[in-house]
Amino acid sequence: MPYDQLINLLVSIALGVSILIIVSIGLAVIFGMMGIINLAHGEFLMLGAYFTLTGVRAGLNVWVAMPVAALAVGAFGLLIERLLIHRLYGRLADSMLATWGLSLILAQGVSLIFGPSTQGIPTPLGSVKIGNYSIAAYSFALIAAAVFSLLLVLWVFTRTRYGTMARAATQIPGMAAAVGVNTRIINMWTFGFGSALAGLGGALLAPLAGVTPSMGQAYIARAFMTVIVGGGGVLTGTTAAAGLLGGVQYVVSYVSNPFLGQGALLIIAIVILRILPTGLSGYWGRQL
Amino acid sequence: MKMIARLTAVLVCALATLSAIAQAKNPIVVGSVLDETGPLNIYGKPMVDATHLAIAEINKHGGLLGRQLKLVSYDAQSDNAKYTQYARRLALRDRAVVVMGGITSASREAMRPILDQTKTLYFYNEQYEGGVCDKDTFLTGIVPSQQLAPLVPWAIKKFGPKVYVLAADYNYGHISSAWVDHYVKKAGGQVVGTQFIPLSVSEFSSVITKLENAKPNVVVSLLVGGNHISFYRQFASAGLGKEMTIISPTFGLGNEQVVLSPQEDKDIYVAYPYFQSLDNPANKKFVALWHKTYGDNYPYITDSAVTVWNGWHLWAEAVRKAGTTNRAKVIKALESGLSFASPSGEVKLDGASHHVYQSVHIAVTDAHHGFKVISSQKDVPPSYEMSVCNLIKHPKMRKQFVPNGD
Repeated sequence: MPYDQLINLLVSIALGVSILIIVSIGLAVIFGMMGIINLAHGEFLMLGAYFTLTGVRAGLNVWVAMPVAALAVGAFGLLIERLLIHRLYGRLADSMLATWGLSLILAQGVSLIFGPSTQGIPTPLGSVKIGNYSIAAYSFALIAAAVFSLLLVLWVFTRTRYGTMARAATQIPGMAAAVGVNTRIINMWTFGFGSALAGLGGALLAPLAGVTPSMGQAYIARAFMTVIVGGGGVLTGTTAAAGLLGGVQYVVSYVSNPFLGQGALLIIAIVILRILPTGLSGYWGRQL
Repeated sequence: MKMIARLTAVLVCALATLSAIAQAKNPIVVGSVLDETGPLNIYGKPMVDATHLAIAEINKHGGLLGRQLKLVSYDAQSDNAKYTQYARRLALRDRAVVVMGGITSASREAMRPILDQTKTLYFYNEQYEGGVCDKDTFLTGIVPSQQLAPLVPWAIKKFGPKVYVLAADYNYGHISSAWVDHYVKKAGGQVVGTQFIPLSVSEFSSVITKLENAKPNVVVSLLVGGNHISFYRQFASAGLGKEMTIISPTFGLGNEQVVLSPQEDKDIYVAYPYFQSLDNPANKKFVALWHKTYGDNYPYITDSAVTVWNGWHLWAEAVRKAGTTNRAKVIKALESGLSFASPSGEVKLDGASHHVYQSVHIAVTDAHHGFKVISSQKDVPPSYEMSVCNLIKHPKMRKQFVPNGD
């Protein structure tokens, strides 16, 4: 295989994996640390994309608009946690139903405000020529952003006081509370952090795909697949699952067609969950 | 006794006449099902606007047969199951005398059997892959023998013989890609690759790589829906536009050129009967009316919207000619070769095939989110449909003809 074809292949696989990481890391944080299955995750992504769109239209630089959008979705997450989620801890079915309802409200609300039509912002940066192939430079930005979000999660949960308390509250909630950790406040911040990561994911997707109120649906299935296959380990699980699923999907799409690529992703996910019902990280017994 | 019987008869007659008069004043119920939400609303929104405008316009000019039209419209939410449900509701509960709608060919094939069963007149007003032959169905959109037949040989002559086909993975994409094969071979070109893409796919990096490997001169995009818009964006950001040229029989129907920036959709070639910039009196009036109703900032009036407009007006002409909304009589009037001065130019129904003669223009994206017309042809016949389908001779025929790679 000539070097340019190889580089192109590797970059494309890395891009596929990175997209899975950025759309699922926020969900993984909320699911892994709190056990809440946020069915409105796709709509949090969508909000991130719309905030970015609004920022760019208001004259912000796209690289400024993205983190601002992430913070805005994070703040929105805090609000939702206070109003809705904190009443539902430990009630898995109820929280799923409530977040599903929230997802419908958000999609329709955005549709009312922004209209149902597809919008978008042009992909920033140009293309890079490697041998016979040209690769969009934005692909490298996405790969870097995926690595950045993983490092951010690692840093927050291992190097900050909040992270240590959050992990303690997840492992043995009663004990954590007994030594003075306020689990309610910790959970609020965790939900906000997960929401901000989802917002960042949506912001990064905005220049790549069409921005519509229903865009969450295009990513939610893959995000859930990645998180469930990954299991409870936020970092290790998500990274391993994204690497496996994204790699398989791209390679199969490349040698055959995108239809079989999607099919291969689903089959791999089913097989893994059949063998390892608690996901990849459950098998390793990793918590982060 | 005899007296009473006579009196009853008179009373019954009077009642019947009264109810007939009452009915004459009732509005005529007509139905429409289109996608106003979901990924297909990029097509549906202008078509819905055109529907409301056409009905309002017909009503403003006195309605039909002295009665107003009452539109019952449903949003199918980009879901084929909803199409069957609403088609049934329009036919059985709302008793619409005509149903117009369907955007994807999958949605048309979901509705058509139901409207056939319930003996309801059906208009499908959208560009499609051609070949439908059905007594109860009229198809006013452009078909491959009007659209791909001029566009493909033109592109091969201008850009080169190697063609790569990207098609949406459902009946429209599969049948249309067979048509592309047919016209490429006829023009002396070669199809170097074909990819079918599910409607849910919005990442095209593997497709971009394949294009770079195959190095075609021309890429035929039969892509459909909001998710597929990202193909054009990713194609542009990979800088492929310098090496190959996109032609498409679907680009623009969803106002893709409004969503994308002019740099991203530079030099994409299309062929349709209608472009907003067409210079004719009917179009000037139409665009003015549209902007008066929907505002001057309306993105772009699509070909699909005008096809819907044509559908309603052809049906209205037929009702006027038949003097009734009775299905069989209206079909007979439609088959008599009606024509209508559409914003896209003269549109004439071919009675035997239930398709239309219309103008076709080849155009290219411009720098202002619109299109620039390059060449035009008038009165282009739906030649394939006319060669296989004769519903006057074979009124019971209900099938879709497809090219068998010949």
